Amino acid sequence: MLFVTVENVFRNFTVATSFQAPVPGITVLFGPSGAGKSTVLAAMAGLLKPNHLDIELNGEKLQRIPPHQRRIGMVFQDGRLFPHMTVKENLLYGLKRAAQVKIYVDETLALLGLENLLARRPATLSGGERQRVAIGRALLAQPRLLLMDEPLASLDTPRRAEIMPYLTRLRDTLRLPIVYVTHAYDEMQQLADHVVLMEAGRVLAAGPLADMAARVDLPLAARDDAAGVLNGYLHSHEPERRLSSIACGGQIILVPQQNIEPRMPVRLRIPAREVILALDAPREISVNNVVPATVCAIGRDEAAHAALVEIDIGGGILLARITLDAAERLRLRPGSRVLAFIKSVSVEVT
Amino acid sequence: MSLPRPTPAEWQVILLTLRVAGLAVAGALPISIILAALLSSRLPLRFLFNAIVHLPMALPPVVTGWLLLILCGVEGPVGAPLFNHFHIRLAFTTAGAALACGVMVLPLMVRAIRQGFDATDPGLAQAARTLGAGSLDRFFSITLPLAGPGVLMAITAGFTASLGEFGAVITFAANIPGQTQTLPLAIYSALQVPGGEAMAARLAIFAIILALAGLIISERFATRLRPHR
Repeated sequence: MLFVTVENVFRNFTVATSFQAPVPGITVLFGPSGAGKSTVLAAMAGLLKPNHLDIELNGEKLQRIPPHQRRIGMVFQDGRLFPHMTVKENLLYGLKRAAQVKIYVDETLALLGLENLLARRPATLSGGERQRVAIGRALLAQPRLLLMDEPLASLDTPRRAEIMPYLTRLRDTLRLPIVYVTHAYDEMQQLADHVVLMEAGRVLAAGPLADMAARVDLPLAARDDAAGVLNGYLHSHEPERRLSSIACGGQIILVPQQNIEPRMPVRLRIPAREVILALDAPREISVNNVVPATVCAIGRDEAAHAALVEIDIGGGILLARITLDAAERLRLRPGSRVLAFIKSVSVEVT
Repeated sequence: MSLPRPTPAEWQVILLTLRVAGLAVAGALPISIILAALLSSRLPLRFLFNAIVHLPMALPPVVTGWLLLILCGVEGPVGAPLFNHFHIRLAFTTAGAALACGVMVLPLMVRAIRQGFDATDPGLAQAARTLGAGSLDRFFSITLPLAGPGVLMAITAGFTASLGEFGAVITFAANIPGQTQTLPLAIYSALQVPGGEAMAARLAIFAIILALAGLIISERFATRLRPHR
């Protein structure tokens, strides 16, 4: 387990945060720009000396260790590859200064697809390639904890899409705790195991992603692009119907056929505005997933005249965004039993 | 117009000038790197330190030469132990001429190297720290290599300036032909002698050629400093 406390008073801003993060796993510090997320990271890495810092990883206190010996790796938003060295020399920089090797060169090159870039110079790389090298370099320095400060923020959409699979692979294969800072909702949803929501220098709430995403008492749920998250694994394929079934807790969700092996862990993102609620199920309907659920809580977005309905489908918590009118018509209350219609094509599988 | 060919005596002067400049820069370089590093860090009383380093630029060269005599002359606090224990004399020698030039060009070289340091992204040193590099390690593996163009500019600028140094050299090292009579001193001496204008003119042309060459090379390094990724 990782416990972090950072306190610092700036001229017109105070950061006072305390959170814990599961080890291993990706913990996303999520919040708007200026929330103090990067400050927390800088303090953890030793690039900033805050008024108060406490880092405890698996029982060991790290704050007293000099920054260059702390073995807390950092991937910066601007990559910061050394321009006077080749990619290979950049990658080996931290490795040469490490006492013990547990993360090996071959597996890191393979994980990030860097084999063909070794002789190149940083200036000749694309943005996505640069960030992958930056991640590789940080990993090969044998960190006990990896920090990533909005690593995708300076990339355009195609580059971001290009590098995302590498990050999800990182999430699935590494046994490292990772603290990832972003203000991009979809990055958080694709990568986080655990979320720490920050605003104005403080922690608003924290918890596993699947829980946090659907909580109507948090600003996350009120977002236009809010989505519920289900963690499951691939149960089976149905090639004749060109569908795959994902098992989430006790619930099966059908999605368009996926290119993954059975029993592979899968994360489903279900946008709240794609979820329809009903008290009764029509028989002939295109929707593949008609899931019984119980209403946990109902939030209101007055400005948009919308209701945010948090529902428990047995295998997880989802969010449905409907009009306040509809919520009234159906007389939805916490505890109401409803049916959730989830279109297979609306489910994002990562 | 063809370039005049130097006579053996003139060659002696030219070669001596180049030797003195070379020694001056060789000696001043490590000191300027250290000073530049110190001045770029967060040292207390940095401003005072900076002023002292730049003193030779502000003082009349003759005064700098005089200060050197006071300190490094055979009876001075630095010169006496050197002479008594190691039998090394600096005043009125070639080495002394090099020392005088070195002191005069030191501020120039420190500035050029600092420019090199300032042109590099401080974020790179931060990244190196997270990768396990301590401060000396960072200096030699990241800061100094990236300041390379600045160091090269310091060398060429220091060398070129040493070629032309007069006041400090003639005061501390005197005007000894073959030993301390560099080009500027030789030109001055030629002008003191009636009928020596022709020789002064020839020597001046050589001085101009050397200075131009030095400036052109120095500029090439300066432009490499500017667009830095």
